[in-house]
Amino acid sequence: MHADIKATGPSRSSFARLASMREAGLIVIILALCIAMSFASPHFLTWGNFRAMLMSFSIEGIVVVGMTILLIVGGIDLSVGSVVCFSMVVSGALFLMGLDPWTASLIGIAVSALIGAVMGFFVTVVGLNHFITSLAAMVIVRGLCLVITKGTPLSLFTLPPGFKAIGQGSFQGIPYVIIIFVVVVTIFDFLLRRATAFRKVFYTGSNEKAAQFSGIKTNQVKFWVTVLCATLSGVAGVIYMARFGAATPTFGAGMELNIIAAAVIGGASLKGGSGTIFGAILGIALLSVVTSSLILLDISVYWQDMIKGCILLAAVSADHFLHAKKS
Amino acid sequence: MTDAPVLQIRNLSKAFGPVKALSGVELELRRGEVHALCGENGAGKSTLMNMIGGVLHPDEGEILIDGRPVTIASPAMAQKLGIALVHQEIALCQDATVAENICMAAINARRAPLMNYSEVYAQAEKAMNQLAPIPVRTKVADLSISSQQLVEIAKALTLDCKVLILDEPTAALTETEAQRLFSIVRGLKARGISVIYISHRMAEIFSLCDRVTVFRDGRYVATETIASTSPDDVVRKMVGREITQLYPDKLPVDAVSGRTLLSVKGLSDGSRFANVDLDLKAGEILGIGGLIGAGRSEIAQTICGLRQASTGSVALDGKPLTIRSYADAVQAGLVYLSEDRKGSGVFLDLSIAANVSALDLGKLTGRFGLLDRRAEADQAASLAKRLGVRMAGIDAPVSTLSGGNQQKVAIAKQLSVSPKVIIMDEPTRGIDVGAKVEIHRLLRDLANQGVGILVISSELPELIGLCDRVLVVREGAIAGELGAGELDEEAIIMLASGVQPAPAHQGQVNHVA
Repeated sequence: MHADIKATGPSRSSFARLASMREAGLIVIILALCIAMSFASPHFLTWGNFRAMLMSFSIEGIVVVGMTILLIVGGIDLSVGSVVCFSMVVSGALFLMGLDPWTASLIGIAVSALIGAVMGFFVTVVGLNHFITSLAAMVIVRGLCLVITKGTPLSLFTLPPGFKAIGQGSFQGIPYVIIIFVVVVTIFDFLLRRATAFRKVFYTGSNEKAAQFSGIKTNQVKFWVTVLCATLSGVAGVIYMARFGAATPTFGAGMELNIIAAAVIGGASLKGGSGTIFGAILGIALLSVVTSSLILLDISVYWQDMIKGCILLAAVSADHFLHAKKS
Repeated sequence: MTDAPVLQIRNLSKAFGPVKALSGVELELRRGEVHALCGENGAGKSTLMNMIGGVLHPDEGEILIDGRPVTIASPAMAQKLGIALVHQEIALCQDATVAENICMAAINARRAPLMNYSEVYAQAEKAMNQLAPIPVRTKVADLSISSQQLVEIAKALTLDCKVLILDEPTAALTETEAQRLFSIVRGLKARGISVIYISHRMAEIFSLCDRVTVFRDGRYVATETIASTSPDDVVRKMVGREITQLYPDKLPVDAVSGRTLLSVKGLSDGSRFANVDLDLKAGEILGIGGLIGAGRSEIAQTICGLRQASTGSVALDGKPLTIRSYADAVQAGLVYLSEDRKGSGVFLDLSIAANVSALDLGKLTGRFGLLDRRAEADQAASLAKRLGVRMAGIDAPVSTLSGGNQQKVAIAKQLSVSPKVIIMDEPTRGIDVGAKVEIHRLLRDLANQGVGILVISSELPELIGLCDRVLVVREGAIAGELGAGELDEEAIIMLASGVQPAPAHQGQVNHVA
């Protein structure tokens, strides 16, 4: 009759082990790839190359954070690429109309959040699913970008250097982009593990009915996570604008697939209820190392998508078999 | 021996992870026999039926059909062998018509590229009309639960089967529908078809069946001819001890004078039930019985704000309650345990600790909105100990636990908020006898500590053994109340099905509505 209670006993570590197995596995794969590449190309193991790789996924990494949390709640957002672009185009256009770039950027982020709120409304009040709602938003928002810019890129070389520094400057040799990325990831990784509000995200994604039967207002949770994902996309859009000094209406097309792939490789489940920020960041890091390796190895860019797709398939298959064995 | 048994089960075992659902069970089914299979929930009846039906595969032992050992790899294979299985849970395509559901196997086997609807309708009508005149062109989703159950049975009848398995077929049927089903079963028997009949209702078993096999805790206990046994004997074999030992002592009759904890007046939801009154006193366990689909769960969910009420009032501990959402009810000290453990009771892939704290995160939240994980762990550990949850540790996912222990975790979640009133919807459905006894003891302990407990149950022995008083719901209204001394299976079934009580029992039943 005695219950076997070991509050911090072996089960904690075994459960944690299972969860972190994915992350440990990814780290091993990334390291192995790096070691192999360091033999294959003398340019790989240089600070310059690492900085370039980090830069390449830092801004997308901010979007990955939002997407991961949305996947945990059981949602998905196909519109992130369009929203990144929209934030960029709106901020750029407002700047060209004479607004100072900081205010313009805040408005750009705010309208991104608004798009999230509209999607959240359709998901929670109207009752559509995330996939269809965000598919529609993806197309509508992309259309808006083309309407605002009349289809031509906005040239923003007049942005003040103080603003451009967000995307181009660095502090003690470390680019601000990377600093922002690390700060965002650290904060959200901590909150997701520790904050009460984010615990409700796991409850909702794991079993929405049970969450409702625990008094959790699951529609509110889903609404705010949808808003959060779009807002982080807006933030990323503003940083891209500062980095490129331009706003292209076709920017970010297809980005959503890379972002979702990264989160899923990192262990987020499309069924909801599981996923970590750290894992998702490792996912996008892996994709970035692969891309960089292919370039250094002089393999045609046409191979890139195919290879990334295969990695996604391998990661998801591995996960499926792991879970199948468990049950 | 002129006739080999149609179906023979020899030494069959099946385990789900660490839980042994069946170990070395036996069953022999003769041609043209109606064979009852009895056992408590969790005794392994459904597991065995799923193996015969090709849904599950045995770990050990063999299944023989007409004396030849067979491997039943899939439900399609079972059908080919002449086995038809009517599940306890309705497994129909809700968006398809009755006819499409009834003829599913035939449509699946059909080689022609196009559907022949006139043939489908004709066949379906033929099968359906044997049971009840349900129009075959209606969508299944538009039918009541009992009609859906009849469609399930009609579907099995279209298969040209040698063995028909009925898993609690009358649980959702009215008395008239049940009687019609019995005459059909007798007709099948006359045609040489063998029937395995799973039921908890002794009266049905003793009027319909030829032999009875009893399982307990996944083991074979005995097979008897109906003529040579009695309902009491079968029940004794099912529980393995005197039934009085299975349930904790009830409240002494003169002690039921506690203050009223929960008072519901004139509650309606505008669709499923109307004008429900009930009073729950401190220290008592009040049962709610009735058929599946009578509106019991809907009433309970409406009381605690999980569904919208149209009229009526709820008072908790003398204070009127305004409940806009379930969170309000929890705050006031009123909690509800769902009947569907996996669907809405627990978070299977989350840890035990996270499950236990789901109901009130607020009290575990420290500064800056961060979760106090030590407080969470302490709460889970102490409640798990109090309830005797057998687990590796509080960080193990709930999916690693057995059904009974999962249910204890769900109850621990309710207890984490120190509720005044707990509404338990089917608190012991599908869990083993041992855990069941522990949960019943726990409920009685809670009642003795002054917690008001409302138990919804479809198991008559549970209502009778556990509850001090039972309200019976029929078609969305309270059909009657049975107090201590009036509680027996017959009285509950009569109220639940709307059959007038036999004259001898008239005095025992208080008709409220």
